[in-house]
Amino acid sequence: MKFGVVTFPGSNCDQDMVYVLETILNQEVVQLWHKDTDLQGCDFIVLPGGFSYGDYLRSGAIAKLSPIMGEVIKHANNGGYVMGICNGFQILTESGLLEGALLHNNSQKFICKNVYLKPATNDSAITKDLDVNATYQIPIAHGEGRFYADEATIQKLEDNNQILFRYTSKGGDTTEEFNPNGSINNIAGITNEGRNVFGMMPHPERAADEALANEDGKAFFESILAHCK
Amino acid sequence: MESTINQEATVEQAVELGLRPEEFDMIKEILGRTPNFTETSIYSVMWSEHCSYKNSIHWLKQLPKDGPHMLVKAGEENAGLVDLGDGLGCVFKIESHNHPSALEPYQGAATGVGGINRDIFTMGARPVAQLNSLRFGSIEEDRTKWLVKGVVKGIGDYGNSFGIPIVGGEVFFDESYNQNPLVNAFSAGIMDPSKVISATSAGPGNPVYIVGSSTGKDGIAGAAFASKDITEESADDLPSVQVGDPFQEKLLLEATMELAETDAIVGMQDMGAAGITCSSCEMSAAGDNVGMDIWLDKVPTRQENMLPYEILLSESQERMLVVVKKGREQVVKDIFDKWDLHAEQIGVVTEGGRINYYMNDELVADVPAESLVLGGGAPVYIREYSEPAYYQEYKKFNINDVKQPEDLKEVAIHLLKHPNIASKRWVYEQYDSMVGTKTMTTNRPADAGIVNIKGSDKALAMTVDCNSRYVHADPHVGTAIAVSEAARNIVCSGGEPSAITNCLNFGNPYNPESYWQFVGAIKGMSEACEKFKTPVTGGNVSFYNQTVLDGKEEPVFPTPTIGMIGLVHDKSKVMSLDFKQKGDLIFILGETPEDIASSEYLASYHGVKASPAPHFDIEKEFQLQETVKGLIQNQMINAAHDVADGGLFIALTEMAMPNELGFDIVTDSEVREDAYLFGEAASRVVVTVNEDNEDAFIEYMMNSGTNFTLLGHVTKGKMVIDEEHYGFIQEAKDIYDNALGQHMEA
Repeated sequence: MKFGVVTFPGSNCDQDMVYVLETILNQEVVQLWHKDTDLQGCDFIVLPGGFSYGDYLRSGAIAKLSPIMGEVIKHANNGGYVMGICNGFQILTESGLLEGALLHNNSQKFICKNVYLKPATNDSAITKDLDVNATYQIPIAHGEGRFYADEATIQKLEDNNQILFRYTSKGGDTTEEFNPNGSINNIAGITNEGRNVFGMMPHPERAADEALANEDGKAFFESILAHCK
Repeated sequence: MESTINQEATVEQAVELGLRPEEFDMIKEILGRTPNFTETSIYSVMWSEHCSYKNSIHWLKQLPKDGPHMLVKAGEENAGLVDLGDGLGCVFKIESHNHPSALEPYQGAATGVGGINRDIFTMGARPVAQLNSLRFGSIEEDRTKWLVKGVVKGIGDYGNSFGIPIVGGEVFFDESYNQNPLVNAFSAGIMDPSKVISATSAGPGNPVYIVGSSTGKDGIAGAAFASKDITEESADDLPSVQVGDPFQEKLLLEATMELAETDAIVGMQDMGAAGITCSSCEMSAAGDNVGMDIWLDKVPTRQENMLPYEILLSESQERMLVVVKKGREQVVKDIFDKWDLHAEQIGVVTEGGRINYYMNDELVADVPAESLVLGGGAPVYIREYSEPAYYQEYKKFNINDVKQPEDLKEVAIHLLKHPNIASKRWVYEQYDSMVGTKTMTTNRPADAGIVNIKGSDKALAMTVDCNSRYVHADPHVGTAIAVSEAARNIVCSGGEPSAITNCLNFGNPYNPESYWQFVGAIKGMSEACEKFKTPVTGGNVSFYNQTVLDGKEEPVFPTPTIGMIGLVHDKSKVMSLDFKQKGDLIFILGETPEDIASSEYLASYHGVKASPAPHFDIEKEFQLQETVKGLIQNQMINAAHDVADGGLFIALTEMAMPNELGFDIVTDSEVREDAYLFGEAASRVVVTVNEDNEDAFIEYMMNSGTNFTLLGHVTKGKMVIDEEHYGFIQEAKDIYDNALGQHMEA
């Protein structure tokens, strides 16, 4: 599979993602530029974390207007795979490829720390090989990560198994105490109805290198490699 | 049009701009005429303390500068460059942004982060990690909380967006910083040393470009502002504080990295203090008999009708001056176009060392570059100093005048929740500590921050340290301890100390007692840096850290912050500080004398401020560090943590908390128990040893010459000292983790 990692001005997790895909997972990776209008035949597009265009307006609100996003939206609408991590997730909700919105954390502070995630479904390429009874230690780093949608949308996401991950305790407790940012139903990541677009606030690419003594995130990528065809 | 070059400035104007009358005379002599207002403004900032180091350079020159791994030494470029081997070099530096942060903590701190990172990437190195060292007044004060919140948010918002992790730091509270906090920011970058971009100029006819942000009226004469006492009127200086734009900085970083791969430029310098003036003068002075013609009307500005001196002195952030090779302009233009940044030609390199600034073809200033810069014509002063009375007074301290409390558990809790000891989680969770996927200490905490050098066997260790209470008590010993502690932190985490950068935060240099503190600190630093073979690669001096209120001058604790880097040759041997498993043996290396001087325990529990620096012997410190290096190299220990603030009890608790294990130890009956548990005598390290390695460990230690004592063993979660139950580690952790947040939100 050929991955394309998009660099927007202000992206700062693009090289981290390239490192994991290319060096750790031995995948072919193309680095795409925000002014490009050609996805160069990539099968799987990643929108990385960072502060695209400075994010001085709403996070992701300007990135969705960049030339490459027109192509990414077409790719997704044709069933192509797209994953957004952190700022990438914000860009996906701003673009309408995923539902809901990411609001300021309820603490009103930027938060960077390890949290635990529990897969909410096996019914997606990224969670298929994960254990829904286990928890995964994955870092978060965001100021605007509080997932919000209206009640009907949340209900639909829940009913369709579109929730990918929830914030939990190490033991799998999904109470408010273990919700770092105030997300509705502890939602940390979702997919679309077509199950080809994934968005999540936590950073699995920060937990995929043995040098950093945490490889819980590697399983997410391995599941993608096994099930995205 | 009539030239303004001949409109003479007056000595009153010069003094108003911060120059001394005799300096105004010096300028007249240099120019052979009376300077005009614009020229006087140029000299006033270039000869300010901040740019010229006029009151400190005499002493700074005595610091050890050379070492086996130095590629670029102090003063040669924007920052020092240390050889890491394998074709890699490390550029690193620390800088203060104290005065802006005192007035506008958010922007003050943010632009401090921006400035230090620009120093690194201007040289062509990509920043890989940051540290910061922060000092505030009493945490009970509302103003302190406002400052802490603003500074932390400023550092976080800038650094998080810029995308370089913060991997360590320190935060300290003391009432001496009530009006004048210290904000010291450190950044380190890695590069191919053959691709250093120099802050120099050459080749008459080569075009001079300004790149990055537009020039506005923010921060005009900030350097002069930083060279004044903080007073009640300081709020009037608010326009002296700049405004940061981390997005522009990120673009500038990426464009600079691409520029470094070309051979299209002669040199580049970032614009910090004194903006266009400083960069054009310093680059020219660094070259060989070259000057510049600068056309101020070509500078992209944010406001219309900016005056020449405003454009010259503006400290608008995220700008660089670049000397481009003639004929290669398009290469530079294309890179900056790609990143949607300004790149405008604003001048040309000329022969001879004069800088001519023009506004709409009118010459507004004509100055010799050399006369303006440090090491050139800038004044150098040797200041008087005298020992303050308190120094001998503090030495009279006698531990027997302090009664040992009956309940030491109460002391333990007091320390665990004290803001100087408690976890700084409330602060550092607001910083992105993991972007870049190089931070090796997130999941394996160590005494220093460890940054993975991908694609090699190596890692980079870094730390910032200074216990300013010790320095206040004894500037020489206290500063030697600061360097030693930094080296100890590097060594305990598996590194080899390489070099230091310093940020010297002191009071008014014209106050002989403040200056005595400065001189003592330099001497202590020299002694320790020579011992550990860690040359000083650069840094900055920040004087005038004091408050004048109701006519009384109160200097802050003298604070020579040490930023040290070290090299981990084999990253599989990085040493963490956490207890690994129940049953491991706990040893303390080094001697524990009956000493509580300058400890957090003495200062905050007993309220005793008058005591000397803690016990310290540099030879024993050196030997201890050599021993620890050997233990790590030979894989005989599985955790190491130095004993510092809060003493042995806090060191043990910090080792116990990560894996929620406990400890059962006995103290030494020869030493008062409070001194044994809470004293801060230097040169001690706690290590743990797997029972299977005990014999080999003891044999190694017997030959090391370093004192060692078996304290006890790691337990499942209970903390036991001399058979007394000190509670469970989860309880201690709960207090330690949340205390600072509770203070802040109270």
